Parts: sequence; structure tokens; C-alpha cells
Amino acid sequence: MFDALSSKFTDIFDRLGKKGVLSEGDVDSALREIRVALLEADVSLQVVKEFVSVVKEKSVGGEVLKSVTPGQMIIKIVFDELVEVFGPDNTSIDLQATPPVSIMMVGLQGVGKTTTSAKLAYKLTQDENKKLLLVSLDVARPAAQEQLSILAKEAGIRSLSAILGEQPVGIASRAMKVGVSEGYDIIVFDTAGRLAIDQELMRELSEIKNIVTPKETILVADALSGQDAVNTANEFNSNVGLTGVALTRVDGDSRGGAALSIRSSTGCPIKLMGVGEKLGDLENFDAERIAGRILGKGDIVGLVEKASQVIDETEAKKSAERALKGKFTLEDLGTQLSQVRKMGDMKGIMGMLPGIGKIKKQVADANIDDKMISHQEAIIFSMTPMERKNPKLLNGKRRKRIAAGSGTSVQEVNRLLKQHKQMAQMMKKMGKSGGISGLDASVMGQLNQNFGQFRG
Amino acid sequence: MTHNKTDNVKSGWLKRLNVGLKRSSDYLTDSLRKLTFSHKLDEETLSELEDILISADLGVPMAAKVIKDLSLKNITPENYDHEIKKTLAAEISSVLDKVSKPIPTIFEKKPYVMLVCGVNGSGKTTTIGKIAHQLVGQGNSVLLAAADTFRAGATEQLKIWGERTNCEVFSKDPGSDPASLVYDALEKAINDRTDVLIIDTAGRLQNKSELMEELNKVVRVIKKLDPDAPHARLLLLDATVGQNAHSQVKLFSEAIDISGIIMTKLDGTAKGGVLVSIASQYDITIHAIGVGEALEDLNNFDPDDFALSLVGDN
Ligand SMILES: Nc1nc2c(ncn2[C@@H]2O[C@H](COP(=O)(O)OP(=O)(O)OP(=O)(O)O)[C@@H](O)[C@H]2O)c(=O)[nH]1
Ligand SMILES: Nc1nc2c(ncn2[C@@H]2O[C@H](COP(=O)(O)OP(=O)(O)O)[C@@H](O)[C@H]2O)c(=O)[nH]1
Ligand SMILES: [Mg+2]
Ligand SMILES: [Mg+2]
Repeated sequence: MFDALSSKFTDIFDRLGKKGVLSEGDVDSALREIRVALLEADVSLQVVKEFVSVVKEKSVGGEVLKSVTPGQMIIKIVFDELVEVFGPDNTSIDLQATPPVSIMMVGLQGVGKTTTSAKLAYKLTQDENKKLLLVSLDVARPAAQEQLSILAKEAGIRSLSAILGEQPVGIASRAMKVGVSEGYDIIVFDTAGRLAIDQELMRELSEIKNIVTPKETILVADALSGQDAVNTANEFNSNVGLTGVALTRVDGDSRGGAALSIRSSTGCPIKLMGVGEKLGDLENFDAERIAGRILGKGDIVGLVEKASQVIDETEAKKSAERALKGKFTLEDLGTQLSQVRKMGDMKGIMGMLPGIGKIKKQVADANIDDKMISHQEAIIFSMTPMERKNPKLLNGKRRKRIAAGSGTSVQEVNRLLKQHKQMAQMMKKMGKSGGISGLDASVMGQLNQNFGQFRG
Repeated sequence: MTHNKTDNVKSGWLKRLNVGLKRSSDYLTDSLRKLTFSHKLDEETLSELEDILISADLGVPMAAKVIKDLSLKNITPENYDHEIKKTLAAEISSVLDKVSKPIPTIFEKKPYVMLVCGVNGSGKTTTIGKIAHQLVGQGNSVLLAAADTFRAGATEQLKIWGERTNCEVFSKDPGSDPASLVYDALEKAINDRTDVLIIDTAGRLQNKSELMEELNKVVRVIKKLDPDAPHARLLLLDATVGQNAHSQVKLFSEAIDISGIIMTKLDGTAKGGVLVSIASQYDITIHAIGVGEALEDLNNFDPDDFALSLVGDN
């Protein structure tokens, strides 16, 4: 769900990145776009404002403006800030109490409380090897108790059998007694959905809370929700006191800004996320990973960091300048290939690329792999320095020699030469249209080199 | 306030609607009230107003459009608060006017087939109960098809609504193929000369293509028996939904050409402002709103009420 926001950010910074050095005005317009992107991602306005002002403070410093890759510097700041807002959290469910330990699930109607209750109970039996009891306190929604008991059966967990007409407070007391007498480790209480402004039902929740004294009170919130997520989370928090949040429907295509809103407004850690409708579809919330997904699988940032580890910036800048003047030689390509190889395996690099699902799929379909890169390196390595500077020398005979020398085929040699030609042309064009910064040219060059051939 | 006088049950609903919508607009009202101390529509004021609309889920582009129109208007300083609300409401309801139309209650072709779909937990089953209640009240015979064969307890839930509304429920075992269930249900409705068949479907996220294909298959199967059906293809939106509603409208429409929207849970604090930008972008009717969990908590969508309530002027 965070991928959409990622591609948004990628768009913004692609534009910035290509411009090279940034002015302060550029930073401001980037921040405006970040604001819009976050709002479109349903992050609450109030949270967006705080977030943007922090990013601004950190961006106007000299670091960003002086950087060769200012756009990417800002992404890194945004990323780090996201990670900071989300964590570092302990997402584990707190079970440190005398058994039976109670967990209470609360939230609006239809957000996924019942499903998440069953998923959580299932997870705890699997991970912690505990004896679980599931209890439905929902006497409001038709067939709610039935729903939980079906799910419990499916999970192989016992659910407290319902007694017709028994009210939530009564069920809760009975459950606590059963929990003690039958030696349960953990009791998960599913509650009826309610509006945060429904005073009467919020009081009922407090009453239940007094009886079951939960170690965890978890707000179940929908990843599809909009600006209201903040109000609702705050209301539940002030009325019943939350210890954590479970975010549902993370398997959807929503941008999931609610996660950021709820986390920063209530201060409650997001502990769990639902990623599907099946019992096993519940995962621990991972701050780094989710913050990364906001920018696209961890990605651009990770890629830039990796690239800066292996690429000498001055050298990269020089080679980029040459490239932009149309002097991108096979020698340069060879250097880039070895840099790509040093950055890690292709799958890892692909995993870091944001928002470009289509290309990713093409790459996957085309089976691009590390072997191919080392083949290409070998081809260039088998050329003479003269040939590398002047590919026109490469007639049929020389190509055959190179193929044999590199353990590849003439077709592969031809393909590489064609790619190189296309790349050199493309870079020259980029150079004319305003230029890109050194690191960008280098990274982009490598990536383009590897995607170019599949774009057809 | 526009009353539909032909509908005597409605005054009760209207009260509920107002209570519901009023609550949901309190935040907006408060925010507007704060603004009355300003003296002219300077940049800062406009941007504060824009913030208010954004907080109501109108979305950035829609909020910007409304604010742009507002910035061109002459606002008398003494009448400031009122003028702003009026202009905002007028702008919003002009967008909504074109798309508002109640669910039909008189049917030429029988059985009239309604297919109800939406993401998980959006209020499909409950709303079906409410619609059935209305239709039965107007003398129609209604068959409910429990085509959510996936979610635990879904059939039992619909059966309870069937009991509450005195409607027969057509169901099969959990896990049955929804398309063949719907085929059989429609065949039964045709044979029994039932007026309306309402089909409850499993909640599904619009980005799950195999589930959208399943929904499309339900439509194809229906067409084998009646090429004109399903006559209404309703999408349920939860008022708490944010900008993802756009994706929901788009992808559900691509799958089964949605004919109308019902928004539920407007009795909460969520404002459902995303409806405004959806109305401006899609050729989709908005039929009704849900304002509670009881049988009678379904109201015709009224653009003026909705707009006025959204800006807190009722
Ligand atoms: N407050 C309020 N609650 C509503 C409204 N409409 C539905 N609900 C509640 O929302 C919850 C989900 O409603 P359902 O009708 O089960 O939704 P659904 O779309 O059929 O859900 P799935 O079948 O699980 O996808 C239930 O607890 C309903 O009581 C409404 O207008 N207001
Ligand atoms: N796709 C998806 N659906 C979910 C998830 N969690 C819950 N649901 C669905 O959301 C709907 C409402 O869930 P339910 O547990 O009944 O909500 P409750 O009313 O809060 O108890 C059901 O259709 C569930 O299958 C999730 O993580 N992903
Ligand atoms: Mg439930
Ligand atoms: Mg349902």
C-alpha cells in the first residue's frame, strides 16, 4: 500500500535529481510536493504539517544544497524522519503478567477486529506455544459470536461458548473465571465495533476493561481510512487507553498514511499488520520496513547508500561529464558494470528500486541476473584498450575473438555493443537537456544499461 | 432543508441524518468559527479554509478548486462566517446535485436485480437489510442471496437480516461458488416472480484481481438469465475512507461497471468528503447514506443537506 507514495516521491526527486544542484527555492517546492504527496496518502493534515517542518529544518542545512545529489539527500532525510516517527518500537505483544493474560481488541465497526482477534490468537499459539481462549463480547452485530467461533475452530483454538442474552460485561466476567479455572495463558477479547463518539458504548468498554484488566488494549484500524483516523484513534486512546495498534488491510492498494497519523498522534506503537483475510495473514509491524515502503521498498535510499559506498564520487562525476558530452566509452561501461556487481546481487538492487513495478516485472521476466552482468564485464575485458575507446574497430573477426575470449557468443557481444551505443546516445541527449549530477548519471546509467535492453 | 413529502417515513430518517451529519461536521464548524475573527480573505485565511476541507477528506485538488472559486468571491467582512459557509456549501452541492438519485422503488422489470459489492467491512450486509426493509415496506417481495460464501458467519448474518425484514434468504454451504449460487438464486426469483433480488457479496479489496474477476463472473452468470441484469450494481463506501475511495470506484467500475454508490457510517466523526471529488470525476449516481446500525438508518442522499452539514450550517 505504501508503493503509491513511493512512486510519488520518486517522481518528485527524479525531477529534482536531474536538475543537479538545488536552490533553497527548490527545497521549498520539494517540501510542498511532499506535503501534497503525504496528504494524498491520507496522512492527517496536522501530522503532515509537523512532519514537513521537521524535514524542512533538516533540509535547509548546507549539507543538502552542497550535495551532488541533493534530491536524494532530501529523500534520505524524509526516510530517516519516517523511521523516527514509526520507531524504534517494540512490536511484541506484552504478556508479562500472571496468567490468564488478557488482550482486548477495540475499534470502529467493520475494521477487522474479529478477524484480527482470531489471527492474533493463532499467531500466539504458533509463536509462543501458549494456551489461548477466544472470547466474543460482540452482542450487537448479527452473528458476530458465530463468526468468531467459526474462526476459532479453524485455528484450533477454543472459544468461549455464547449464552443467549448474556451481555458483554457478564460474558467478560465469566471468561475471566474460565480462564483461571481451566488454566489458560492468554484470553483474547473481541469487542463490538463502536463509534468513538458513542459515549454509552465507550463507557461499556471501560467497564469491560476494569473486569478483564488487559495487558494489551489494541486499537484495530483500517489502512484504507482517511483524515478521521486521527480523531478516532485519539478518542479511543483517551477513553480506554491504548497500548498498541493493529493496522488491517495492508494488502490493499491504499497509501496507508493512517499508519503515520495514528502513530504520531497517539504515540501508541503499531504492533501488528493484517495482510490478508486468512488466519496466517498477520505480521509484526516493522518500522524500518514500512518507512522504507513509503519511499519504495527501502529503496532509493538504500540504493544511494550502497552506490556511494562503491562509487568514488569524483571519479563518477568525471565519467558522467564525459558521458554527457557524448564520450561514454566501453571503458566507462565496464567500470559501471563492475560497480553494479560490487553493489550486490541484481535481485537485491531490483528490490531497492521504487515504484517501477512494470520494469521490475520486465526484468524478472527477462531473467536478468548476476551472471549476465559478469558476462558483459568479461566481454569488455576481452577487448583491447583501443577497441574499448573506438568500437568502430570491432569487425566480425574481432567480435568472434572477443566472444571466444569471454566465453560468450557473438550475439551476446553484438547485444552489448548495441546497448552501449544506445546508452551513449541517451546520455548525450540527457547532457543536452540540462544534465544530471555525477552520482545520478552513474547510477542511472547502470540501471538504464540493464533495463534498456528489455524495453525494446 | 429539502423534504420529500411523498415519503412519510423519511422525516424520521431526516432527523437521524441531521444528528449524524451534524456530529460529523462539528469539527468543521468549530474550525470555521475560529475563522470569523479574521477580517478578509487573505492568503492565510484561504489556506486555513483549504486545510479544513482537506481535513474533511475532500482531497487536495478538490479542496484547492473550491478555495479558488471562493477566493474570487466578494465576502462581506461582517457576514464573513455565513458567506464562507454559504459559498462552500453551494460549491459542494453544485457538484453533488448532478449525481444524486434515490434507489428505485418501483420496478418495471421483475425481478429487479441489485448486486451489492465493496471492500471488506464497508457495510454491505447491513445496508442490504436496510434496503430490504424499505422495499418490503413499499409492498415489494424481496429475495436475498447470500453470495458471501467466504467470510465466517456471513450467511448467518444475512439470515438474521432476513428474519428482521421478513425476506427469504437463498444460501448454500460455506465455500460454495458464488456465481452458481447467484444463478440459482436468480432462477428462483424468476420462478417465484419475486420483485427484487438483492445479492450480498464477499468483501474484497479492489487490487485483488482474482477476486474482481470472481465478481465479474457473477455478473456474466446473471446475464445468462437476464441480459439487462444486474440492474443496479452498487458500491458501498465507508465514510471513514480516505483517498483510496478513488481506487475503489475506479477498479470496481472496471470490473462490473458500478451504477451507484451508498456511503455508510456517516453517523460517526468521519465526513466522507471524498464523495465530492468522486462526484466531480465519475459518472456515478450517489443513492443513499447509512446513519446507524438499525433497520431504518438509511437515508436518501440529499446534496444540500450533505453540503450544508459538511460546512456546519444546519
Ligand atoms: N455506525 C454505523 N455502523 C454501520 C453502518 N453500516 C454498517 N455498520 C456496521 O459496520 C459493520 C460492518 O458492516 P457489514 O454490513 O457486516 O459490512 P460488510 O461490508 O457486509 O462486511 P464484510 O461482509 O465483512 O465485508 C457492522 O458492525 C455494521 O453494524 C452505519 O451506517 N453506521
Ligand atoms: N483483505 C483483508 N481483509 C481483512 C483484513 N482484516 C480483516 N479483513 C476483512 O474485513 C472484514 C471485516 O472484518 P471483521 O473482523 O468482521 O471486522 P469487525 O467488524 O471489526 O469485527 C471481513 O470481511 C474480514 O475478512 C486484512 O488484513 N486484509
Ligand atoms: Mg466483529
Ligand atoms: Mg457482509
